[in-house]
Amino acid sequence: MLNLRYRLAIIAVLVAVSIWALLPRSTVQRVDTGSGVARYDTVRQVPIRRGLDLEGGMHLTLEVDQSKGAVANMSDAIDRALKVIRTRIDQFGVSEPVVQKEGTDRIVVELPGVQDQQRAYDIVKEAAFLQMEIVDKTQALDKAIPHIDALLKAKGVTGAAPAAAPGATPPANAGVQSLFSNAPADTTKKGADTAKAKRGPAAAARSGHGASAAADHPGRADSAKDSTRQDTTALASLTGGPFSRLVQQGQMPGEFYVAESDVPTVTRYLSMPEVRAQLPPGKVIRWSNDTASIGQRPYRAFYVLDQRPIITGEYIVDAQPASDPIEGTKVDFRLSREGGRRFLAETSRHVQDYMAIVLDSVVMGRPPVIQSAISTNGQITMGGRDLQAAQDLALVLRAGALPVPLKVAEVRQIGASLGQDSVHAGVRAGVIAILLVVTIMLVYYRFSGLLAVGGLALYLLYTLAALAGFDAVLTLPGLAGFVLSIGIAVDANVLIFERIREELDHRKTPRTAIDEGFHHAMSAIVDSNVTTVLTAAILYQFGTGSVKGFAVTLIAGILASMVTSIFVVRTFYMIWLARVRAPQTISI
Amino acid sequence: MLRIFHNTTYDFIRPWRIMVAITVAFIAIGLVLLGVSWARTGHAVHYSIDFTGGTSVELHFDRAPDVGTLRSALDGGGVRDANITSFGSDRDFTIRAQGTGTNAAAEAQAPSAERVAARIDTILAQRFGKGAYHIVRTDAVGPRVGSELQRNAVFAILISFLMTLGYLWVRFDWRFGVAAVIATGHDILTTLAFIKLLDLEVSLTVVAAILTVIGYSLNDTIIIFDRVREDLRRKRKESLYATLNRAINETLPRSVMTHATAFAATLALLFFAGEVIRPFAWVMAFGIVTGTFSSVYVAGPVLLWIERRWPREGRQPERSGGAKAKAPPAATGAATRSPRAAAVRH
Repeated sequence: MLNLRYRLAIIAVLVAVSIWALLPRSTVQRVDTGSGVARYDTVRQVPIRRGLDLEGGMHLTLEVDQSKGAVANMSDAIDRALKVIRTRIDQFGVSEPVVQKEGTDRIVVELPGVQDQQRAYDIVKEAAFLQMEIVDKTQALDKAIPHIDALLKAKGVTGAAPAAAPGATPPANAGVQSLFSNAPADTTKKGADTAKAKRGPAAAARSGHGASAAADHPGRADSAKDSTRQDTTALASLTGGPFSRLVQQGQMPGEFYVAESDVPTVTRYLSMPEVRAQLPPGKVIRWSNDTASIGQRPYRAFYVLDQRPIITGEYIVDAQPASDPIEGTKVDFRLSREGGRRFLAETSRHVQDYMAIVLDSVVMGRPPVIQSAISTNGQITMGGRDLQAAQDLALVLRAGALPVPLKVAEVRQIGASLGQDSVHAGVRAGVIAILLVVTIMLVYYRFSGLLAVGGLALYLLYTLAALAGFDAVLTLPGLAGFVLSIGIAVDANVLIFERIREELDHRKTPRTAIDEGFHHAMSAIVDSNVTTVLTAAILYQFGTGSVKGFAVTLIAGILASMVTSIFVVRTFYMIWLARVRAPQTISI
Repeated sequence: MLRIFHNTTYDFIRPWRIMVAITVAFIAIGLVLLGVSWARTGHAVHYSIDFTGGTSVELHFDRAPDVGTLRSALDGGGVRDANITSFGSDRDFTIRAQGTGTNAAAEAQAPSAERVAARIDTILAQRFGKGAYHIVRTDAVGPRVGSELQRNAVFAILISFLMTLGYLWVRFDWRFGVAAVIATGHDILTTLAFIKLLDLEVSLTVVAAILTVIGYSLNDTIIIFDRVREDLRRKRKESLYATLNRAINETLPRSVMTHATAFAATLALLFFAGEVIRPFAWVMAFGIVTGTFSSVYVAGPVLLWIERRWPREGRQPERSGGAKAKAPPAATGAATRSPRAAAVRH
């Protein structure tokens, strides 16, 4: 048996370490000022990390999206994606974010204090996979449309498409008319876009967005009038079948417009594998991010593009938001030297072609025409979106593209006030639980109960210190587990005390009874606690976020309760025995 | 010295038939209810979106809104079949839109869970105005994550079963292990029946509570078995029935005290820790009751039954126990386990 002095020393050291671990300390934290710029601030607090459910904030689980093709090297891709997201979040300015891998194809992102859900998605989820792709000029889709119509008819899709609202039909035809009169002939269009491209000196990746495209119409219509070379027959054939009914040809080859209300239907048609098969290999259909009003109705464009990008975003070395009185907000980007060389080579081969700027499979604005070879500088116009959108896009372009597309698999967002309420309620329940347990122990075990209460106080201290020391996260279920463990923590004491009582019944002296009591109760205490630790460990293994917090609290609580009931309370008894010398009775 | 249930000699085991009948009836009622709702809705219990996937939005309105208006606004906005419940007050609501199911085509078409949350916000902002409410909490779980969590929960429960069985096997005799695990299985079944009767929503936290109940109930069973083991060693002449009764009586004051303190903490959670923790506290409170019950009336009778089927030889203490004596003398510890395992499977 350890010397009493050593025991006291060990307890004192444990207490000192615990108090030190729990001392409020100043930490420098990044605080989001709301504008995306982080500010550093000093906060003084008890170093127990609170989970999102107590702190408020956002929890996101991102999953590799394999719906558009399997990812070859998953573990490498996910590691790179992790790095990219970490960089982005650091720039986003959140205090103590968590970004970690979960399983093989998931990333968990925790953003304490973040409440702007949409913005957080944009930052985290935006693949920022930038590609420049040449717009198809071989009329690949035009040729395929009769086949697609036939195919859809064969599948039982009639002219009255199910998803199209009945009222949508006449205006859609009006749309055809207006486009018709706008005469989408090659010559006119080139003229119009050339003029437009001249406005910008850099003229790199200029994208006319929807609004400017609509604004261009009147002028274009004028010049179209003298153009007689109209592909009227092709357009006429576009109005018959279930697919062509919904699709109007745009002004450049490979551009098509669909009424906004028909977009889901067309998307559905285009996602059918048989329909996709009608398109020549190497071509891909992508939607535009902007709508254009033709007549009174919003239309959305899609483009047929060469699938092989002439350049991708990995060559971007810098991107900055900018705002321009004529073009609105935009993002200027600069390519690396190697990227510049490639870009130069490709663009010089594609002069007079249209180049789509594709971000995450969505065409940004209208594809501009390539006037001449371009090397390292380019820009993306934001199509009427605000400066913050430009800032965020620049941010994700700088941080790099995600190597794989990600989708949000899980979102949990907790308001700060709810978290605060939960903490209050949890603490209140904890205090009441302590009062109840202390009362029960004191009434029933008297002096020994007092020793147990002393042990319980140290138990609370040790458990909290363990949570702080191991940097565990205190969650709401964790808090509940902590309260519960207060009730269970005295179990070991109860076992020992009851055992001591039995030994006393066998007419043993208090000193022997205490020794025997501790000795005999040991196996039951160890066995029962080991099983609880085992279940908690399993819970930790299989649980997520808040449940993991519960498991950690439970394990910390059990370990602390074993230390206090077996070691600390024993020491208290030893002190008592040393002072009273040979006690005849013991209050238990 | 204040003592309760001191030196009692209750014959706890005697009415075991009645007790088993009661608990079997309770479980049967629960299972029937579970089966009925499984047949009718496809879900045995009311799963939270943790497991089904879907979206749950918790709202606080500044002024109490009309629930009908709320529902029609959501229906009109395309969030159909949303489950609207109020909690706490008539100004706090939870809107739940469950996952769309397993149809792959529907899933591709259906808006993802996070979009539903955004749409609910838009609809409410249109109908009630931006400042009239605020979103307290949003949970959106994709279908894959949901089914994975579901699988993990079942896994966790099964593995904790096996691990505790393994531990008890090493520390005690296999008879004790089997009896304790059957008692634990009983606790899971009664807890499920209880969850069904109260129509509690089964979330991750509730599964955590079930696992804690498993740990707690085992703890209780082990305390009694530990005493049985000790008494068997000391009083070899006594029948197991008598030993079991003695052990339960001897540990009775401890049981009462321990359950009292644990129950006190659970009640504090139930009444003071708020809405979110309440289902957890309910399960825990019931778990303490059923865990205590099963330690006596399930673990005990099962142990007696096993003892009758596979009596230990010569009533030796189990450490140098009967099973080992059966094994070939040269067999190692690991090898002795396999014939025992075979015996369990009979």
